[in-house]
Amino acid sequence: MCGIVGLYLKNPALRPELGGMFQPMLSEMSSRGPDSAGVAIYRDPVADGHTKYSLAHDDNQFDWKTIDTGLEQALNCDASTRAIDTHCILVCDAAEAEVVGWLAREQPDVRLVGSGASLEIFKEVGAPDDVYRRFDLGQAAGSHMIGHTRMATESAVTTAGSHPFATGADLCLVHNGSLSNHNRLRENLQREGLEFQTENDTEVAAAYMTWKLRQGVSLHDALTESIDDLDGFYTFCVGTSDGFAVLRDPIACKHAVLAETDDWVAMATEYRAIAQLPGADQANIWEPKPQTVYSWGGSDGAVH
Amino acid sequence: MRELDFAELGLREINSQLNSADAASEEKHWTINRPMGQHAIACGLQSPLDVQIKGHVGFYCGGMNQQASITVHGHAGVGVAENMMSGEVRVTGNASQAAGATAHGGLLVIEGDASSRCGISMKGVDIVVGGSVGHMSAFMAQRGNLVVCGDAGEALGDSIYEARLYVRGSVESLGADCVEKELTAEHIEALTELLRRAGIDHAASEFKRYGSARTLYNFDIDHADAY
Repeated sequence: MCGIVGLYLKNPALRPELGGMFQPMLSEMSSRGPDSAGVAIYRDPVADGHTKYSLAHDDNQFDWKTIDTGLEQALNCDASTRAIDTHCILVCDAAEAEVVGWLAREQPDVRLVGSGASLEIFKEVGAPDDVYRRFDLGQAAGSHMIGHTRMATESAVTTAGSHPFATGADLCLVHNGSLSNHNRLRENLQREGLEFQTENDTEVAAAYMTWKLRQGVSLHDALTESIDDLDGFYTFCVGTSDGFAVLRDPIACKHAVLAETDDWVAMATEYRAIAQLPGADQANIWEPKPQTVYSWGGSDGAVH
Repeated sequence: MRELDFAELGLREINSQLNSADAASEEKHWTINRPMGQHAIACGLQSPLDVQIKGHVGFYCGGMNQQASITVHGHAGVGVAENMMSGEVRVTGNASQAAGATAHGGLLVIEGDASSRCGISMKGVDIVVGGSVGHMSAFMAQRGNLVVCGDAGEALGDSIYEARLYVRGSVESLGADCVEKELTAEHIEALTELLRRAGIDHAASEFKRYGSARTLYNFDIDHADAY
C-alpha cells in the first residue's frame, strides 16, 4: 500500500498554516501506511554559503552538541544544531563534502537524511499522527511539504527505510509501489560510487535520481529516463526547492490524484486526503496520466 | 426526503440507514452531504431508492448496487459501481480507474471522463461515458455495452469476450483480439436507446463498434511456443 501526499502553497499568505493544512492530509493516509511516516518540509532557507543538513540517530538522547562543536573544531567553520526528537537540523558554512566526510568518519551512527538550503526531512516508525506530533510539525510554516505513510512490503520497518529519501540538494523522493529490479540496479549504482543505507527499493530509485542529477540531467529528464530503467509499479512524488513533481508508472498501477486551486496545488494517493483542504470541493481535480511528468514550482507556481 | 451529513455520521451509520430502507419503507429519496472523498458510500443497496450524493466520493461508491438509483454530484474514485447488479449509478464529473468493474447489470453513466480499465471484466452492465476512457478499458469484458462518446486510450477491449464497445472518437489502439465491427441497424437502434437512457445527446451513427474477433476462445496449437 503506502500513501503519499504533497502540498504546494501558491498563495504566500498561507505559508504560516502549511503544517496545519498538511496534517489532516497525512493523517487521512494513515490507513494506507500505518507503520512509519515521513515528511519533507521546505522552510527557513539558510544564508548563502551555508548548507542545511537533516540528521537522524537511533538514540533520541544523543547529544547533538557533539556534532556542531566537533565540526567547528575539525573544519574551522560555523555550525549550529537544533535537535527535534531523533532528528537534528544542522546548519554549517563548511563545504558539504567535508561535512559529509567528517560525519561518516567521526559519527558513523548519525544518518544524513537530507541536505540543501531549505529542505528538512523527518521520518520515523510509528503511526503517522504520532510521528507528525513528535517532530512538532502541526504549527510549522513553509512553502511546501511532501509526506509518506508506509506499509512496508519490500524491506524492514525501520526509520532508515522510511520515506522521504534524499536525492540531492533540496531534493527528495517518496514512493508508493514496489520496484522489481532494485537489487540489480543497486549493484550497478554501487559500481558508480553510490552508497546505500538500507535494502529498500525506494532508496535505489532515489540513488538513481541522484546519479542522473549529478550528471547534469534535469529533474524532468531524470524522471523521464527512469521510466525505462526502473521496473515495477510506482507513483513518485519528488520534492524540489520550489515545488514538487509527480510521475506514475507506464500502466498507472498505483493511484494518484492532483488538485489545484488559486491558493494551492496538492497531490495524494487518494482524493480523501485532498478533501481535507479548504476549497477542495471547488478545486480542479484530475488524475495524472501514466509515464507523464507533472511539476509545479518556481516564481509563477505554474505547471511545467 | 432524508438528508444525511456524512462528515457528521460516518460511513457505517450512513450505509446502515440506507440499507435499512427496504422496498416497504416510505422514504425513497435520500441526500448525502459532505462525502469527503470517503470509500464505499452507498454500497450494497437492495431497494429502489433515489440517493443523491453531493460532492466527490472515494473508492467503490455504489458497489454491488441492486435497484437503487445513485447520483454522485462530483467525481468518483476507483471502482465506482463495481459489481453492480441492477439500478443506475450516475457520476456528473469524472470517474477514476476500473469504473463498473465486473458489473453484471444496471446502467452506469459517467458524464465526464473515465480513467483506465473502465468496464474491466464487465459481465452485463451498460456503461455510457460522456467523455473519454483511459487505457485498457473493457479488458476481458464479457457481456454488456460500453459507450464512449469521446476517445479511448491504449489497448481497448484487450482479451474481450462478448461485450459490445461503441466509441465516437478515436481509439489509440485496440487490445488483443479486439476488432472493429460493422455498425448495423440493430446496433444503431440499441445504441440510440442506451444514449437516450443515459441522457446524452449524440447520434448513434457517429459511433464505431468494436468487439471480439473470438480467436482466443480456443487454444491454438500454433501458439504453444508462446507459453
